[in-house]
Amino acid sequence: MEFKLKIWRQKNASAKGKFEDYTLKDVSPEMSFLQMLDYLNQQIIESDGEPVHFEHDCREGICGSCGLYINGRPHGPLTHTTTCELHMREFKDNTTIVIEPWRSKAFPVIKDLVVDRSAFEKVIRAGGFVNANTGSTQDANNIPINKKISDRAFDAAVCIGCGACVAACKNSSAMLFVSAKVSQFAMLPQGKVEAKERVENMVTKMDEVGFGFCSNTYACEYDCPKGISVEFIAKMNREFFSSKVCKSKK
Amino acid sequence: MSKKGFSLTSISHKYIMAAAGAFLMLFLVSHLATNLLLLAGDGGAQFDKAVEFLLTNPAIKIMEYVLFAGFIIHIIIGVVIQLHNSSSRPVGYKVALKSEASAFSRFMIHSGIIIFIFLLIHLYHFFFVKLGFFPLYAGAETGHDFYPMVAYTFKNPVYSIIYILSFIFLGFHLKHAFQSAFQSFGLNHDKYTPAIKVVGTIYAVLIAVGFSIIPLYFLFLYN
Ligand code: HEM
Ligand code: SF4
Ligand code: FES
Repeated sequence: MEFKLKIWRQKNASAKGKFEDYTLKDVSPEMSFLQMLDYLNQQIIESDGEPVHFEHDCREGICGSCGLYINGRPHGPLTHTTTCELHMREFKDNTTIVIEPWRSKAFPVIKDLVVDRSAFEKVIRAGGFVNANTGSTQDANNIPINKKISDRAFDAAVCIGCGACVAACKNSSAMLFVSAKVSQFAMLPQGKVEAKERVENMVTKMDEVGFGFCSNTYACEYDCPKGISVEFIAKMNREFFSSKVCKSKK
Repeated sequence: MSKKGFSLTSISHKYIMAAAGAFLMLFLVSHLATNLLLLAGDGGAQFDKAVEFLLTNPAIKIMEYVLFAGFIIHIIIGVVIQLHNSSSRPVGYKVALKSEASAFSRFMIHSGIIIFIFLLIHLYHFFFVKLGFFPLYAGAETGHDFYPMVAYTFKNPVYSIIYILSFIFLGFHLKHAFQSAFQSFGLNHDKYTPAIKVVGTIYAVLIAVGFSIIPLYFLFLYN
């Protein structure tokens, strides 16, 4: 296969970037998207150029670091698929592929296609954890949990923090990510204890680090590689409401 | 929540937006019900009675202020949200987002602004004439004599077309807004949400069509 690539190149956070054009020949349809970029970089390095920087780690859809905005969609054309799990056979031969970094005030570009996602980290640090010392592993049946609820909590917990929801949202809102994190704790006994403080702190932090407001366009759900449902956003709204209305003064 | 002074979180904005919007959606139903009396074919007798009731009932007087407040809150928060959101992606994409699942949701501020312009025209006709800022219409004896005014205004095809177009855009607004308000209130359920979306679409169509048949009636059937 042969592709024309249009890739965003930017030296550093403060540099003015621009799109560079590349032509890449002999691409195997079996290559993953990141392998295709590796292949491109090898050629760039061989001709003494600066390779295209992009983030990756696990290359199996679990770490959330590989987000690229490909032809107008975060993580490319397939639903429920991360960039690293995307293969070149999904693209038409002899076409142009435009590759951009996530765009959001809260995710500034560091270099080329790599963005700084520490805004997510700050939201997590504001409450995305359980304070109670849980000690060593207990017998699994000590705390009975309804199977439906534990499944639901797991549905939320599969969020990999990739940021595609922010990239896909016309408002750069992080509601899907934050709601997944709020919900995964709020549904389980250990997390319930601090549920009210957690949702308030995380939402406040989310606003503070510069994400937009949710308009319920549901683009996030459409492009989330893990299929996180906007039902969790509604859940977070409920959690937030009850934290405001049903909280004791102390 | 707030560090200094008065600040609202994003979710609080959404709750206020949805509450004001839901109130306005209820108001539209009662407004449509009253307006449909114009079609009774009795020269406005029943319509005038309804207007008489609305103008004299003290509870309605209070609701008028609540309604104004509802509009103003909805519009101000809507603009605040829009301004905030349009600054949240300073560098845009080269290839426009293809991920949008709901088309109507992208144009809420646009349909909203069209509704707002319509509201100004509407206020000009009814409120400012009532207050005496503008001259009465031919055939009207007092500023409250709405039926001749309605008949006169809708006989003008330009005004009727503006009116109908405004309600089509209101329909677009409501198509997204109805289910969006439920979502903002945290009411999303895999069983009920599909039904809420269907009801919202029906509501949006009924409001747009219901209001639109009134100018059509005066334009083509009434003389
Ligand atoms: C009778 C008239 C109107 C009704 C019934 C109505 C109703 C609604 C409802 C129910 C929502 C959904 C709220 C939510 O997402 O939770 C909404 C959203 C919105 N409305 Fe209206 N609205 C009306 C007029 C207007 C006007 C005049 C504007 C002018 C600026 C406006 C601007 C907006 C905007 C910008 C949103 C989206 C807010 C967001 O992104 O969260 N609306 N409307
Ligand atoms: S909610 Fe989905 S799109 Fe958003 S960060 Fe988590 S996995 Fe990525
Ligand atoms: S590289 Fe880990 S999810 Fe893609």
